[in-house]
Amino acid sequence: MTHVVVIGAGQAGGRAIEALRGNGFTGPITLIGAETHLPYERPPLSKEMLLDPASPKIDWVRPAAWYAEHNITLKLGQTATKLDRGTKTITLQDSTTISYDKLILATGTTPRKLAIPGGDHPRCICIRTLEDSEKLRPFMAQDSHIVVIGAGFIGLEAAAAARSHGAAVTVLEMAPRPMGRGVPATIGELYAQLHRNKGVDLRLNTQISHIDGPDTEPQIHLADGTTLTATAIVVGIGVLPEQDLATQAGLETNNGIVVNTHAQTSDPDIYAAGDVTRHPNPLLGCDLRLESWQNAQNQAIAAAKNIAGIPTTYAEIPWFWSDQYGINMQITGLPSDTATEVTRGDLSTFQGLLFQLTGAKLTAAIGLNSPRDLRFAKNIIQAQIDVTPDELANPAVKLQDIAKRARPA
Amino acid sequence: MTEQLVALCDASAVSEDTPVQAKLAGEELCVYLHDGAYYVTQDLCTHGPGYLSEGFVEGCEVECPFHQGKFNFITGEATAAPCTDKLRTWKTTVQDGKIWINPAEHAA
Ligand SMILES: Cc1cc2nc3c(=O)[nH]c(=O)nc-3n(C[C@H](O)[C@H](O)[C@H](O)COP(=O)(O)OP(=O)(O)OC[C@H]3O[C@@H](n4cnc5c(N)ncnc54)[C@H](O)[C@@H]3O)c2cc1C
Ligand code: FES
Repeated sequence: MTHVVVIGAGQAGGRAIEALRGNGFTGPITLIGAETHLPYERPPLSKEMLLDPASPKIDWVRPAAWYAEHNITLKLGQTATKLDRGTKTITLQDSTTISYDKLILATGTTPRKLAIPGGDHPRCICIRTLEDSEKLRPFMAQDSHIVVIGAGFIGLEAAAAARSHGAAVTVLEMAPRPMGRGVPATIGELYAQLHRNKGVDLRLNTQISHIDGPDTEPQIHLADGTTLTATAIVVGIGVLPEQDLATQAGLETNNGIVVNTHAQTSDPDIYAAGDVTRHPNPLLGCDLRLESWQNAQNQAIAAAKNIAGIPTTYAEIPWFWSDQYGINMQITGLPSDTATEVTRGDLSTFQGLLFQLTGAKLTAAIGLNSPRDLRFAKNIIQAQIDVTPDELANPAVKLQDIAKRARPA
Repeated sequence: MTEQLVALCDASAVSEDTPVQAKLAGEELCVYLHDGAYYVTQDLCTHGPGYLSEGFVEGCEVECPFHQGKFNFITGEATAAPCTDKLRTWKTTVQDGKIWINPAEHAA
């Protein structure tokens, strides 16, 4: 019987296994994970886990009993250190080897470290795991000063959580605007203002020279000579794909493990899914490496179905969300800095949508507290429906009616 | 039997695209229209904090606005990840232009 081994017990690894069993695969499955936990979802780590004063609930992909009931062999707290494609074996850190027939690499990403002197100060915390979030939680308090390095989604969510507990918050960002990689300038500027209104000291275009100070009182020295004393430092400066196993085994990588639309790597017996992959998006006609919940779940499902004998192409319009100060932001498509922009509703009250168009096509939409409308926007992008700026801006024209229009011949 | 029924909302408020939230004894329910018939489920997603009345309807499926998990709102079955647990559903009656259910069908 085919033995499927999954390396990486994160969201993608967990969903892949669920989908293997859900699609009729009855052979043996082994799940190898460096973390000691069963697969869980990470979005709450920078949201509910930091916001709720009570011990928050963990979003397990599946409860522990499910793995036993579905006959999954678990190797948790074990890092896979070597992949040998010739013998089709994996070596674990304790030197045991495991053979596979089909392999899924779901090794995700790892936070980029602060490459400055003192970047390893014990109060520097990156938020990737349950332990990271637990470590940060006690500092979410009125008498704390949280310094966030990097105004990306995770850093800003942590900043919003810290403010909700009354902590003083300083956010340091190298770039001229927050969330520069994820949202258009219009939204970045709106959120810069939001954080400032909420009392965050947001410093853009800011370089850090080094960190020092006692273990419990880090001092952050900025390039302009200023020094900040923090209770804790949240480091959110991006992530890197965990692709070493693949690279060493000679699989094609390019800032991510390269897969095709079937989530298959350059070795037909090896699949990869989630944050770690660089994959073609047939709807958008480009290659992407996404760091998103949707991609982790659905690419993993596609990989599993292909292994289970159900040929499946992974093709979705990207979708992401972030929650800050109770405002739900959702992003779909590929935001750009050059597209034409149209708004619907009132962005300044955080109730509305920003559309981006290239010619008559919608290429991206950002919804603030507008999840349903955003969903219709995603359909409009996917079906490549011709739209006009006027109708997008006019709340009397329902987006569902635009979404229903057939694709032009 | 009729005495036990409770009105949730005006039938005219519900369209195929746009389900409607109704409140019953402190719980939110969601009313859908599909092929001329009305259906009622709990509004809160079984996966997390999403309200299905803010979701996206396609055929007899509703997609949660929070993580885009899906349910068949006729049977209540979860049909797409991350949702796994069924929604509670209620039989509906249309009378006097309103949608009625029997709350006793599920204890609160
Ligand atoms: C704080 C935070 C907030 C987020 N918020 C959102 C959000 O609001 N919306 C959204 O869309 N996305 C969000 N994301 C992104 C989303 O969580 C990720 O895209 C998703 O977790 C990726 O899943 P994955 O399984 O590919 O990788 P991961 O979740 O990184 O899992 C990979 C796993 O593999 C393990 N591993 C790696 N190498 C090895 C090895 N050699 N041997 C064994 N195990 C190994 C790792 O320890 C890890 O457990 C957030 C992420 C974080 C960290
Ligand atoms: S809350 Fe509904 S899918 Fe997660």
